[in-house]
Amino acid sequence: MLGDRLAALGPHFTGQHTVTSLAVANPGSLIQSVDWVAIAPPLIAAVAALAVLVTDLFLPGRHKKWLGRLTAAGLALALISLLPLTGGSPRATFCAQNVAGVTDTPGISGSAAGGCSYVADHFALVFQLLALGGALIAALLSAHTVDDAASTNGSAAGLPGGEYWFLLLSSATGAALLPASRDLATMVIALEVASLPAFALVALRRDGRGAEAALKFFVSSVTATAVMLLGIGFVYAASGSLHLGAIAQGLEHAPGQLKPLAEAGAVLTLVGFAFKVAAVPFHFWVPDTYTGAPLPVAGYLSVVGKGAGLSGLALATTVAFRPYAHTWGLVLAVLAAVTMTVGNVGALRQRFDTRYSAVRLLAWSSVGQAGYLLVPLAAAGYAPTGSDPLGATAAYALIYGVVNLGAFGVVAAVGRRAGTSVDDFRGLFARRRWTALALAFFLLSLAGLPPGVIGLFGKVVVFRAAVDAGLGWLAVVMAVNVVVALYYYLLWTARLFAPAADEPAGEAAVERRLPVSLTATLGLTASAAVVLSVAPQLVLQVAGGSLF
Amino acid sequence: MNAVLIALLVLPLLGAALTLAPVFGPDTGIADRRALRLNSVVTGAVFLLSIALAAGFDRSRPDWMQATTDVSWIPAIHVRFHLGVDGVSLPLIVLTALLTFLCALYSEKRLPDGEARGGAPDVHRPSAKAFVGLFLLLEVGMLATFAVLDLVLFFLAFEIVLIPMYFLIARWGSGAKVPSANRFILYTLLGSAVMLLGFLLIGSKAGTFDMQALATAHGSGLSHTTQVIAALAIMIGLAVKAPAWPLHSWLPDAHTAAPTVGSVLLAGVLLKMGTYGLVRVLLPIVPGGTTTLAPYLGAFAAVGIVYGSLACLALARPGSKGDLKRLIAYSSVGHMGFVLLGIASLTPVGVNGALFANIAHGLITGLLFFLVGALKDRYGTADLDTLSGSTGAALYGRAPRIGALLAFAAVASLGLPGLAGFWGELLAMFGAFDPAGGLSRPAFVTYMVLAGLGTLLTAAYLLIVVKRVCMGDPKQPAPVAELADLRPYEAVSWTPLAALTLLAGLWPALLLGLSDPAVKHLLGGG
Repeated sequence: MLGDRLAALGPHFTGQHTVTSLAVANPGSLIQSVDWVAIAPPLIAAVAALAVLVTDLFLPGRHKKWLGRLTAAGLALALISLLPLTGGSPRATFCAQNVAGVTDTPGISGSAAGGCSYVADHFALVFQLLALGGALIAALLSAHTVDDAASTNGSAAGLPGGEYWFLLLSSATGAALLPASRDLATMVIALEVASLPAFALVALRRDGRGAEAALKFFVSSVTATAVMLLGIGFVYAASGSLHLGAIAQGLEHAPGQLKPLAEAGAVLTLVGFAFKVAAVPFHFWVPDTYTGAPLPVAGYLSVVGKGAGLSGLALATTVAFRPYAHTWGLVLAVLAAVTMTVGNVGALRQRFDTRYSAVRLLAWSSVGQAGYLLVPLAAAGYAPTGSDPLGATAAYALIYGVVNLGAFGVVAAVGRRAGTSVDDFRGLFARRRWTALALAFFLLSLAGLPPGVIGLFGKVVVFRAAVDAGLGWLAVVMAVNVVVALYYYLLWTARLFAPAADEPAGEAAVERRLPVSLTATLGLTASAAVVLSVAPQLVLQVAGGSLF
Repeated sequence: MNAVLIALLVLPLLGAALTLAPVFGPDTGIADRRALRLNSVVTGAVFLLSIALAAGFDRSRPDWMQATTDVSWIPAIHVRFHLGVDGVSLPLIVLTALLTFLCALYSEKRLPDGEARGGAPDVHRPSAKAFVGLFLLLEVGMLATFAVLDLVLFFLAFEIVLIPMYFLIARWGSGAKVPSANRFILYTLLGSAVMLLGFLLIGSKAGTFDMQALATAHGSGLSHTTQVIAALAIMIGLAVKAPAWPLHSWLPDAHTAAPTVGSVLLAGVLLKMGTYGLVRVLLPIVPGGTTTLAPYLGAFAAVGIVYGSLACLALARPGSKGDLKRLIAYSSVGHMGFVLLGIASLTPVGVNGALFANIAHGLITGLLFFLVGALKDRYGTADLDTLSGSTGAALYGRAPRIGALLAFAAVASLGLPGLAGFWGELLAMFGAFDPAGGLSRPAFVTYMVLAGLGTLLTAAYLLIVVKRVCMGDPKQPAPVAELADLRPYEAVSWTPLAALTLLAGLWPALLLGLSDPAVKHLLGGG
């Protein structure tokens, strides 16, 4: 990958070393044997993306709905390809034997210091599961949206099928690549592969609102990327490497006059990831983007986009910037506290009767949830072993992914026209029993209250990470936030069971049946949430120990 | 035996799940009746199981955990599915099963309406199936709280009751029901979230969440600072639930708005979850921290006793527009003050008294809420001034059986010797008179004096209530012309409570014999 090339060329750029001959040093370092099984998950998604794009050209219009099925099949295949990787020791590929910045340090071999650009360890697998699984659910959710829009509005105003599926798969590829990448260059590329198609996905709805949302998303995201690239440049200059493990060592042994540069670089790099996670103060794009985007895309962004940013943030902090653990630990703790507070207060301020309020509420609540997700990361800065609390983030992210996509699914099912308000859910229980029960279950899981047992345990592991790390104040802030968040989730839940406002009783019978793809999505997410509630060990096992 | 305990939890859970299944037929009326019948059958079976549990309980070893089940549930965070009963939890489990059964019987005939907001009540009335589902889920949570022996499970059980109780108040209640329900759930959730932090701190430092193992360790391995912080967090969480003054303000609103069965269970069982937690978690697991904080708990308890009684006196005054349900809710604050005072004394006598007062309060206040609920149904209001008119409601003359029962419950509540209310409060004050070593005797004697003053005030307001509701001139113009006396289903669901109140008053050893060894075990560790 690019990182290796840069790393191999490193001495030329940094000027720290005299010019060495590339050809003589070690030819084996330039010829790589690729572990195809290890890179299968993102690779399959990428191949599927190309396949969809090409198929779209040759497929007659009436068969376009097969593209959605092809996408789902590709993502399912990518998910299955995770299975062979679960057992045994982590598999690494794209390794460089001599990593610049480390080779000259006596006693440390390149590979031990993390000279590999792609590592399929448990951390990578869990977040790949989140990315690909989330993309699969989003794809199922989209099937109806895309077909519906294409059939009712004609291709001019609707969503173009081929592009939509291609962009979704591309973005999923990036999100799946990111957690496995172990050098900053690959990470940036993965992050951009995940983000750039997302801008287009948001803009696909051509009703003006989509374009505005996409522009807002695009401008702020590109700014963040630029800042991050600058930061990476600084870090590279100070540590002499792009490999995460090597950076950690490079920063520890960095000469004194480079320290400020390194620290500034670290901060700027984290800013980029914080944007993707939608941490405060980089959260302003979220509500507008979610409301402007097609609903499945909003759901996708809230889970997969966030998961990608989170995995990048986790890697950068716990691996590369390990020497600055106490600094970023505190920064992330404050960031987490502010993010969850701002998100929940923002959600609390939503009026339930306005257009788009359902999606806006979910958007703000996802900002609040991002705050909870950051708590174990902050705890990792304080934990003696470093990476153990990450399991809590991973477990919470998986739980959040299931229930949040489920909630978006119900919103999509209820308001198939744009602009659903929370008040539109009034009396849903009387009209659609199971849909209402599913949404109630998802919302209570997001709130972390039984019967949403899995949400409760998600909160418990996050709390536990904070308490174990001695971050008592953060735990208390989070406790207050959980209560605040309960209020709006509960108000929404209560709406479901409240008697419908002034609707004539006859209208209940007019309700159309849900399309199959939506039923499948809701069934999948709801049953996953129920199964996890009975057997939380299935997901909490990732919180049991170290992921690396 | 352990199968009985598991069945006790699984049965209502299955019942709750069954209400979601389409097995009740298409007709709403018939389906509702069938659902309510299911409710009675399931809670009745649970009650029988609890009797079987009590019968199979080895009374010679009440300090031992019996009917235990201990299997790993979530190994990743060391949570075990650990159940068991001892002399402390057994009476509470039986009380819970009894009260839910009686409430189910009562609601089969008298399902709360859930005051439709204007419009046609038939369309907007919430379905009985939903009521039954929530009711059974509530029972699962209440029973589980008293049966689990793992801190995280205890927290889970504590949380399970919130959603069903929220909807019982918000959907089937009356008056300002939604704000009251919101206040109830937000208050208790904040409390239990803080409590969870305390649990996690203990788990983090001691390496286990198992209550039995932690109780055996009796605080060894936990530094004093840890113990104080954990005890403070847990105490705040449980004090909200109990409720202790000044964290009680959710209670009067919730009781006023809740339907009758909701009030009965709220007062009869949910408040006990708080005090039970103090005895089960705080005393044995963090004894050092508890000793440090006990004087403050005692002070809040004493203030709560006086405050509750004064609030009741104010509500009982003619012309104050006092709501009877609200009055009984405030009286609960006072009564739970005695329980907290007994616990704060950290002596076997005081804690035994607290546990006894717990049960007694469950029986008596349950009965009182039933009675007041019945009055509210008949009169359409629980407003004391409207009820009593100028001379008094004259229940003795117009509905003699209800009047007699109300007077009986009132004197039991004020602690007449020979009835259940007496022993618990006496023992709690006795415990405060001679608190455990390490606690300031003058402080606790002061609390005892305040509590004694509280008993006088309690007697005063309850007698005023009896005077204004039961006595009076039957001939005076009344808000309701015809007042039905005790109906059969009311008799069925209330008689057991009255009988048990008498039994517990005359034969306190029945309960104290069970709790005493267990309390000594919890206080002494090992």
